[in-house]
Amino acid sequence: MTQFPSPDRTMANLAVAEALPDILPPIRRRGPVRTFIARHPTLVLGAGLLLLLVLTAVLAPWLGTLDPGALAPARRLRPPSGNNWFGTDQLGRDIYSRVIYGTRASLMVGFGVSLLSSLVGLAIGLVSGFVRWSDGLIMRAMDGLMSIPPVLLAIALMTLSRGSMGNVILAITIAEIPRVSRLIRGVVLSLRDQPYVDAAIACGTRTPMIIFRHILPNTLAPMTVQATYICASAMILEAILSFVGAGTPPSIPSWGNIMAEGRALWQVKPYIVFFPALFLSTTVLAVNLLGDGLRDALDPRMVKGV
Amino acid sequence: MSNPLLQVNDLVKHYPVGRTLSGRPKSVVHAVDGLSFHVDRGETLSLVGESGCGKSTVGRAILRLVDITMGQIVLDGRRIDDISQASLHPVRRRIQVVFQDPFSSLNPRMRVRDILAEPIRNFRLATGQDLERRLGELMDMVQLPRDSLGRLPHEFSGGQRQRIGIARALAAKPDLIICDEAVSALDVSVKAQVVNLLQDLQRDLGLALLFISHDLAIVEHMTQRIAVMYLGKIVEIGERRQIFGDPRHPYTVALMSALPTPDPETRRRRVTLVGDVPSPIDPPPGCRFHGRCPLAGETCRRIEPDLRQIAPGHWAACHLDDISAMTRDATV
Repeated sequence: MTQFPSPDRTMANLAVAEALPDILPPIRRRGPVRTFIARHPTLVLGAGLLLLLVLTAVLAPWLGTLDPGALAPARRLRPPSGNNWFGTDQLGRDIYSRVIYGTRASLMVGFGVSLLSSLVGLAIGLVSGFVRWSDGLIMRAMDGLMSIPPVLLAIALMTLSRGSMGNVILAITIAEIPRVSRLIRGVVLSLRDQPYVDAAIACGTRTPMIIFRHILPNTLAPMTVQATYICASAMILEAILSFVGAGTPPSIPSWGNIMAEGRALWQVKPYIVFFPALFLSTTVLAVNLLGDGLRDALDPRMVKGV
Repeated sequence: MSNPLLQVNDLVKHYPVGRTLSGRPKSVVHAVDGLSFHVDRGETLSLVGESGCGKSTVGRAILRLVDITMGQIVLDGRRIDDISQASLHPVRRRIQVVFQDPFSSLNPRMRVRDILAEPIRNFRLATGQDLERRLGELMDMVQLPRDSLGRLPHEFSGGQRQRIGIARALAAKPDLIICDEAVSALDVSVKAQVVNLLQDLQRDLGLALLFISHDLAIVEHMTQRIAVMYLGKIVEIGERRQIFGDPRHPYTVALMSALPTPDPETRRRRVTLVGDVPSPIDPPPGCRFHGRCPLAGETCRRIEPDLRQIAPGHWAACHLDDISAMTRDATV
């Protein structure tokens, strides 16, 4: 730490008190990694769990899995055992393999939706917050969009076209855009009134640079946090859509699909539903923990001397 | 005599409040209602008044942060209130601002270096080595260590941040700095440092200051001329010794009597005003101060007084020639 010198006293035409010496508490030294973990336990836990899930999705073929679509009618509805860790379903497919491969579908939907809706929502929110005359119009359109239930929208899209992962992402994204754009609009409106934005205008900074330098960076923290919550709710929505048969096509294993197929048997063979549900809950929990951790960590006041 | 640096003529700023479905404003806040003054090169003019009297709006109007409703703002003989954004750009360099709140006036995500470099780059004042040298100079001017250029605003104290704000204002090499309550948020000892710093810089760089404040002690120390505002209008304007020694508007008298005296032996007559500032949405007819003025008569309730010259450079907007009753009759 550099010490700031006390201001030069020769300038005094008003009496200026002698500056007090800086009294700072002694710094407890810890390793940077341990410090970070101690300071942001939820962030580390959430990020760790999510990383594990991403690795699971990427390394699915090498995690002792079988072909998730391979039928084996002779070995159907087996309970969990050494051969089939999570048991088999009514077509004899290995549930463990299906759940592991299903991670891909869930993460793809979760990440895809949060990325797309963040980008579009950010653009809409910025325009709405900055171009005053468009604000009422855009926000009423968002209200309208918000009033359509996402499940209904997805079903409509699936009926109009063929069921596919892309359509699932599109349907959920459309449903999530209003939430992001409202958030960003609110943040932009409050940032616009910050004195530092006025100071920047007085400093001759032009509007595009005001947006990129002073507004955008300060919207990223709330947006990232919002994106994680959207990611979590998109995963749940995907499972719901698959469960009612309007989501991921049955040929692709997804947690919603597995649960949908095990639905009729859940009282006698609960393991079919239990494992994908456990994975879904864990993933949503991980993403939410990450979001909470990010919210705290992205506060610029937490940034220590870089 | 040459032109004043800044001349404000009959400035009016109305804010619409609420809108009906047809888009017409329901009512109008008369934030600034016909205000004229000038600032000479290198001088300090203080704008004093209660909260909500429109002081800050005047500053924002001069900075073109708000569009004015009527009137003229003339910088160096050239109107700047009606020119386009493009032709405004070079004018912006000449008028800079220091805000009240040292916390929200600096972007929390920008390092000091970038904060100070922003105006320099915008106005193409320096690049490369020159920019680096200029940044060092600015830090010296506001007495902050050069090696803290790489720090973020939250690492500084309130007084230090305010000095960063001053350095940013200086970076553009302005002719006029508007200090909008620039020291009001600081504690007393830091306030004195910043005030002295501003005075030194003003003397060294020949800056003009428009010092917007409600703190009369600082105003008395800082300025040559004072304009007293009440409810969007100037009620009295003059040299410091005229305003402090011979106030001619009852409101000024009341304001002055609120100033604490350091000498416990001095017994001053305190004039306590009753009531609140009337709403700027519906300003009272006649003299705007009549509802709170102990001397108000029939004329004051009906006719709005204009500024009258009392002595060279000293103007007051009061119908009464003799307001000494104000101090005589007031209870101690």
